[in-house]
Amino acid sequence: MPRYIVSRLGLAVVMALLATLVIFLIANTVPGDPALAQLGDLAASNPDFLKAFRAKWALDEPLWTRYFIFLKELAHGDLGMSIASQRPVLDDIKNYAPATIELATVGFLLSAVIGVPLGVIAAVRRDSWVDHVARFVSLIGVSSPTFWLAFIMLAIFYGELQIAPGPGRLDPIAFAPPNVTGLFLIDSIFAGDWNTFRDALAHLVLPSIVLAAATLGLITRTTRASVLECMHQDYVRVARAKGLSERKIVMRHILPNALIPVVTLGGLAYANLLTGAVMTETIFSWPGLGRYTFRSAAALDFPAIMGITLVVAVTYLIINLLIDISYALLDPRVIR
Amino acid sequence: MQDLTKIAPTDTTTPQDAASILDVSNLRTYFYTDEGVVRAVDGINYSVAPGETLGIVGESGSGKTVAALSLMRLIEDPARIVSGEIKFDGRDIVTMSLEELRKVRGAGIAMVFQDPMTSLNPVLKIARQLVETMVVHGRLTEEQALDRAIKLLGRMGITAPERAVDSYPHQFSGGMRQRVMLAMGFSNEPQLLIADEPTTALDVTIQAQILELIVELNRDFKTAIVLISHNLGVIASVCSRVVVMYAGEVVEEGPTDKILADPRHPYTWALINAVPRIDRHVPGQRRLVTIEGAPPDPLNLPAGCRFAARCPFRIEKCEQHPELLEISPGRKSRCWVTQAGQDLPPPETSRDAPAEAKARTGGHHGETVIKRGERLLELRNVVKHFPLPKTTLFGKQKWVHAINGVSLDVAQGETVGLVGESGCGKSTLARVVARIHEPTSGSVMFHGQDIARASQAQIRPLRRRMQMVFQDPYASLNPRMTVGDILGEPLRFHEITQSEKETRERIAELLDVVGLTPKAATRYPHEFSGGQRQRISIARALSVRPDFIIADEPISALDVNIQAQIINLLIDLQERFGLTYLFIAHDLAVVRHISDRVVVLYLGSVMEIAPADTLFAEPLHPYTRYLISAVPIPDATIEAARQRLPLQGEPPSTVDPPSGCPFRTRCPIAQAICAQVMPPVAEVRPSHFVACHFPGQF
Repeated sequence: MPRYIVSRLGLAVVMALLATLVIFLIANTVPGDPALAQLGDLAASNPDFLKAFRAKWALDEPLWTRYFIFLKELAHGDLGMSIASQRPVLDDIKNYAPATIELATVGFLLSAVIGVPLGVIAAVRRDSWVDHVARFVSLIGVSSPTFWLAFIMLAIFYGELQIAPGPGRLDPIAFAPPNVTGLFLIDSIFAGDWNTFRDALAHLVLPSIVLAAATLGLITRTTRASVLECMHQDYVRVARAKGLSERKIVMRHILPNALIPVVTLGGLAYANLLTGAVMTETIFSWPGLGRYTFRSAAALDFPAIMGITLVVAVTYLIINLLIDISYALLDPRVIR
Repeated sequence: MQDLTKIAPTDTTTPQDAASILDVSNLRTYFYTDEGVVRAVDGINYSVAPGETLGIVGESGSGKTVAALSLMRLIEDPARIVSGEIKFDGRDIVTMSLEELRKVRGAGIAMVFQDPMTSLNPVLKIARQLVETMVVHGRLTEEQALDRAIKLLGRMGITAPERAVDSYPHQFSGGMRQRVMLAMGFSNEPQLLIADEPTTALDVTIQAQILELIVELNRDFKTAIVLISHNLGVIASVCSRVVVMYAGEVVEEGPTDKILADPRHPYTWALINAVPRIDRHVPGQRRLVTIEGAPPDPLNLPAGCRFAARCPFRIEKCEQHPELLEISPGRKSRCWVTQAGQDLPPPETSRDAPAEAKARTGGHHGETVIKRGERLLELRNVVKHFPLPKTTLFGKQKWVHAINGVSLDVAQGETVGLVGESGCGKSTLARVVARIHEPTSGSVMFHGQDIARASQAQIRPLRRRMQMVFQDPYASLNPRMTVGDILGEPLRFHEITQSEKETRERIAELLDVVGLTPKAATRYPHEFSGGQRQRISIARALSVRPDFIIADEPISALDVNIQAQIINLLIDLQERFGLTYLFIAHDLAVVRHISDRVVVLYLGSVMEIAPADTLFAEPLHPYTRYLISAVPIPDATIEAARQRLPLQGEPPSTVDPPSGCPFRTRCPIAQAICAQVMPPVAEVRPSHFVACHFPGQF
C-alpha cells in the first residue's frame, strides 16, 4: 500500500509540472495584449508608458525566461500580482476559495447523501415507485440548465414564497464570523455564534441545491446501474445460497462492489463542483473562485488566470489521487 | 414423506422414497419471457437418499441448472416455479416462508457453482466469506467459525490455511477457489450438497483433485450429493445413480453403471456414443456417432416425444408423449421403443470411409496436388515472452514466459494435436504460428519460408495457405456482417474470385461444404446456434483454399453431440481437401481421436511428442501419465476399478518458472539434475520424443 501511494504521488507531481508548462504556454499565446487591456486609452497611446509597463511585468522577456520566472516564483508560493486587483494572486485565491469550497462541499454531500441511497433502493426495488421517482429526479437534475434552475429557484423561493434568503453568503447587514478557516459554517461554530451559523446555512440552501442537481442525477443513475449489475453476479447468488438475509446481501456483498465506479464518478463530480461553479456563483452573487475566474478572464488578467488554472489542475490531481487511494481501499485487486 | 392425498403421477414412487431426504415431484419452472413461456423445467421427479450420490446429466438448455437452482428457490425473474413439490426433510421448499427457506439454505442444503472465479466476492477476505456462512445460522460464534474455517480449508487441501483465510479471492487459482467453495458448502455439514458443473471451468488434473475430494467428503460427512454435469466421465467417477435430462424433462434414470453400459433412452445412447473414449481407440474408425439436428425450441415444444425429431429409433407411436416408466427394477425411461424391455443396438460403425481415403490427395478444386509427408511447418526454438503491465511507476519489468523454446515439425496432410493445461502456452503457440504474435526468438518456417520476422506484407500471400478457427464461435464472427459478407471478405481481399457472381457461387459452395444451406448467406451470425456458427467459422477459414488450418479449441464451447458433428466435419474436410491440422484442445479423448501425432506442452515447453496411439498407450513422461490418468472415463465399472494417479499442487507461475525441467516441482521422480538441466527433447523410441532425464521410469 505505501508503495502504491508513493507511486501515485510521484505520478501526480509529474503531472502537476506538466500542467504548469501547459498553463503558462496557453496563457502566453492567447491573442490580446495585456498591456493594452490594462492601461487606459490615454496611457496606452504613450509608447514610453507602454514600455515601462511591459518591463515592469516582464512582458518583453522571451517566453522561456518568463516560464522559469513563473516556476521560480511558484516555488516560493508566489503566483504573481493580479493586474486587475493589484494584489498577489495567491491572496486573491485564498480570499475567494473558502466560499467555493463551502458551497461545493455542501452541494456534493447533498447529492451523495441523497443520490447513493436513492440509487441503491431504485435498483433493489426495480420498477417500484422509488425507481420511478429516482428516474424522474435524475432526469430533471441532469437535463435542467444551471442558469434556468437558479433563476427559477430564486424566483419561487426567494421572490414569490419568500422562505429562502436572497443571494450572497450572509444577510447584507450581518457580519462574517471571525476568520479561521474561511468556511462560515465552521467559523461560526468556533465562535459559538449560532445566529450566523443559521444565516450561513440558510444562504447555502438554494445555491447548493442548484449546484447538486446535475451531480445528484449522475450519482443516482450510476449507483442504480452499478448495483443492478452487481445484483446478478455469481457471488450474490452464492451469498443467497448461504442463507444470508437480503439486507446483509445488499449491505455486505453488493454495496462494496457497486460503489467502486460511484467513487470515481463522485470524486470527479466533486472536482467539477469545486472548479466549475461560475454560473451558480455569478447568479447567487457568491464571492467564490467562479466569479473571480469570470472577472479575471474578462480583464485578460494573465497572472490571475494562470493562478486559477493551476488551482483547478492541482484540485483535479489531488482528487484523482484520493480516488486512486480509495480505489485501493475498496478493491483489493488494485494492488497486486 | 409423500402426501398420500396428492394426485401424483404414477412414476414418482421409487425404492428410495421411504428414506429419501429430497423428493422432487412434478417440478415445473417456467421463464416468462417477452417471446413467450419457456418451459425450462417441465415436470421432473426424482429423489435423493441420505448420503447418496446422484448425477444429473444433459446438454445446455436441458434444464439441469434451472432444476438445481429451483431446489433452493434461487431462480430469479423472469423464472418462476409454477408447480410441484420439493420435499426436503419432509418440508416443502416451494411453499415455505422466506424465513424458513433461509434456514435451509446453506445449512440443510448447500450449493457449489460452476465458475469459481466469479463465485467468491472479490472485495471480501476468504475468512469473512466462510465465517458468515456459519455465523448466520447461529451455530457458532465468530471466533469458533474462524477456527473451523481454518480447519476446513486444511481439510480441503489448501496449504497454510491460517494464511489463506486472510487472503482475497484473486490471490487464489481457480482450483483453490473451488476448494474454498467446497469448504463453504460443507461448513454447516449439510445433508445435501448440490454441485453444478463444479469442475467444468477447471483443468483436467485439477478436476481430478476436486472430484476426488468430493468423493471423500461424501464418504466422511455422509452428505448426499447431487452432481450436475454434461460430462459422463465426471458423473461416472462420482455418482452411483444418474438422471438424464432432455428439453426440461427426465428421460432416463437408473444406476450409473447400468445406464452407461446399456442406455435405454435414445438420447442417452447418443450422448454416450458421441464422446470419443480416451481408453480405447479403434484404428480406422474416425467418424463419431452423431444425431441430427438440435434440441427443440423451448418456446414451442413438440406435443409428442421431445426427442423424436432427432431419434434414429423413431417409431410411429412417438407422436404421442411418452411417460417416464419403470423398465426394470430401479430403472426408468421415457421412451416408447424401450418400454417393452428391448435394448438399443450398439451404433453402426461401418459408415466409416475406408482407411485409404485419408491418404487420397489432390482434389481441392484441382488447385494443388498435395504430397503427404512433405514438411509444411517447422518450428525451431520458438520463444515468446510477454511483458506484464507494470504495477508501479518505477518497478522492474516482469515477463510472462509463455513459450520457452518449442521445436516441432508438421508434415503435410497430418493432424498434430496440441494438449496441455491452461497457461501451458498452447494458444500462444498457435498465434505465433499464425503470426498473430511475433515470436521473441526462434524460427517459424512455413512452406520453406521463415515467417518469424517477416513483415505483414510478406506474410499476406501466405495467409491464403494458413487459416485459423477460434474457440468461441460467438465472439469470432462479426455480429454486424452477414454470413455472406464474412465469407466473401477474404475472397475479395485475396482476389480469389474475379466477379461478384463468382463470389456468390463460391460462398454457396463453401456453405454446402460445411453442411449449411446457401440461404444462410443473407443471415447474421446471431441467427445461428453455436455449432452452426462454428461451421461458418470453418467455412470462412476454408474460403481462401488453405492447406493448413490451426484450430484453437474449436469444439470446447459446444455440447457433446455438436462436438461430434464438428469433429466429423473436420475429418471429412481433411479427407476431401488434404488439409493439415494443428489441433489444440484440452480434451485429451478428442485429441486422441482426431490426431495422428500429439504434442504435450507444460509451462511453455514440449514434454512429449509421439503418435497418438503410442502416446496414450505408453506415455513416457511422468506429466503425460498424470494427464491421461486424470481424465474420467464414462464407464462406471472402469472408474470404480481405476487407481487414479494423483498429481498434487498446481502449475508454477509462468512469470517465474522453475529452473531446469519445468515439471520438476510436481514430479515424483525428480532428482538433483532436474533442477539444473532442462532435459532435451530426445527421440527415446522411434518417432517418440520425450523431454525427461528419466523417461519411462515413473
